[in-house]
Amino acid sequence: MSPAEDMVDATFPAPQPGPAAAPYWRALDEGRLVFQRCTACGNAWLPGRTECPRCLAPAAHWETASGNARLVSWVVYHHGYHEYYATRLPYTVAVVELAEGPRLISNVIGDANGLRIDMPLKLVIQREAGVALARFAPG
Amino acid sequence: MRGNVIIAGIGHTAFGKLPGRSTVSLNIEACRNALADAGIEKDAVDALLVKPPTSNPQFMYGQSLAEAMGMQPRVGGAWDQGGAANISLIAFAAMAIEHGQCEIALVCYADNPRTGSRHAYEKAWGDDAAYGWFGVPAGYAMLARRHMEEFGTTSDQLGAIAVAIRRHGAANPAAQLRKPLTLAQYRESPWVVDPLRRDDCCLVSDGAAAVVLMSAQRAKALGVRKPVPILGFGQGQSSWDVGQRPDLTRTGAEISGATALKMAGLRPSDIDVAQIYDCFTITVLMTLEAYGFAAHGQGGPFCADGRLEIGGELPVNTAGGLLSETGMPGLQLVVEGVRQMRGEANLQVQDARTCIVSNQGGIMHTHSTLILGEAA
Repeated sequence: MSPAEDMVDATFPAPQPGPAAAPYWRALDEGRLVFQRCTACGNAWLPGRTECPRCLAPAAHWETASGNARLVSWVVYHHGYHEYYATRLPYTVAVVELAEGPRLISNVIGDANGLRIDMPLKLVIQREAGVALARFAPG
Repeated sequence: MRGNVIIAGIGHTAFGKLPGRSTVSLNIEACRNALADAGIEKDAVDALLVKPPTSNPQFMYGQSLAEAMGMQPRVGGAWDQGGAANISLIAFAAMAIEHGQCEIALVCYADNPRTGSRHAYEKAWGDDAAYGWFGVPAGYAMLARRHMEEFGTTSDQLGAIAVAIRRHGAANPAAQLRKPLTLAQYRESPWVVDPLRRDDCCLVSDGAAAVVLMSAQRAKALGVRKPVPILGFGQGQSSWDVGQRPDLTRTGAEISGATALKMAGLRPSDIDVAQIYDCFTITVLMTLEAYGFAAHGQGGPFCADGRLEIGGELPVNTAGGLLSETGMPGLQLVVEGVRQMRGEANLQVQDARTCIVSNQGGIMHTHSTLILGEAA
């Protein structure tokens, strides 16, 4: 399916980021997974915030992630809570930890049967209904 | 202040489908029953504390309820802490009574998601909805998977928790779900969000409960029947959301339980019966670990072999908990704890002198623990 064709699915639960998270989604759309790093204490995190949750400094910059990560945990949905994803059951949602430290909610691509905690993952940016998502594959 | 404040009365509504009833109406019925149980007139109450309805949070809900009850309490309001708020409000009331801020307190909760809206339990988690991240069960499933993979916890061990609690609920005439569950039936139960099955998940219920608190001294003067002393309480918070939480198998229930046990001067081995918040089976397992009944990671074997069933080493949720009595988030566990300490429970634990009660909210974000002692 081409991105243009994909975009007609109005049921997709597209992100509605506020100002703090907008740069994250913009970068993803340009093909980069980014996270925030505090310019005062060096702490790194996701999702986007206006203050560092460790030292409370209001100063952070965005860094591009290496794409190396590990699988913290995952679940497989067999119940559809939303009309878009209800037609895609079963599907996997995971907690992923980037090599740089920040954690995020994501999808792991492929068969869930082979998954194990702490296994290495690699970033795969995919478009869903025209929106760039940071998904991961074993590797 | 150990034992200085007591629970003088308990009350609740029917549980299940109660169409057409507002949460204010349900709260009033539960309060009316709790006041009658305590033998107290409404006008003696000078504190009204309420956990706001999960399915329909409203601004100044505590004042709406006080007005509908014709009360002008000295101390009043609502506390937004999800399911932990019931015990946190009881603890606040106990401290307020101890320090002369009020004398007799009503703590209550009502909701009607069964015939009203379940949206609160099924909603998206912010922008992560783009990844299909929806619903409360998935958050608990994420904790369960990590626990299972890290410690070897099995689906059958989670099933043993459901089997125990459903057995207790089946014996409770007031329970919403009175159907016992076998482990074989549990294994056939459909996945909701793997690794959690339908029978790992609590009920969705309409209903209300309420408790009346006062000082032990006041209870004696009023001749309150079987006052149940509050021996300890404590709170803990795990504020990181599931996606950011540094350790998915440890929670604020540890400090919550430790604070309550320290205040009560008790160890886990001193506890005779437990009412543990069972929104999902994994919550029971992780809370029992956090409280020190089992070592971290060893909750699975601990919960198996009937240990949690009536007659077992640590009977849990003797009226059926959220899995079987009512899905109401937490106050029914306090009510059952009081019945056990009065020696008047439907499935009474013989010679029970101490009861620990857990409340929690979010995806194990907020935790509040209460320890009750034998009725005077």
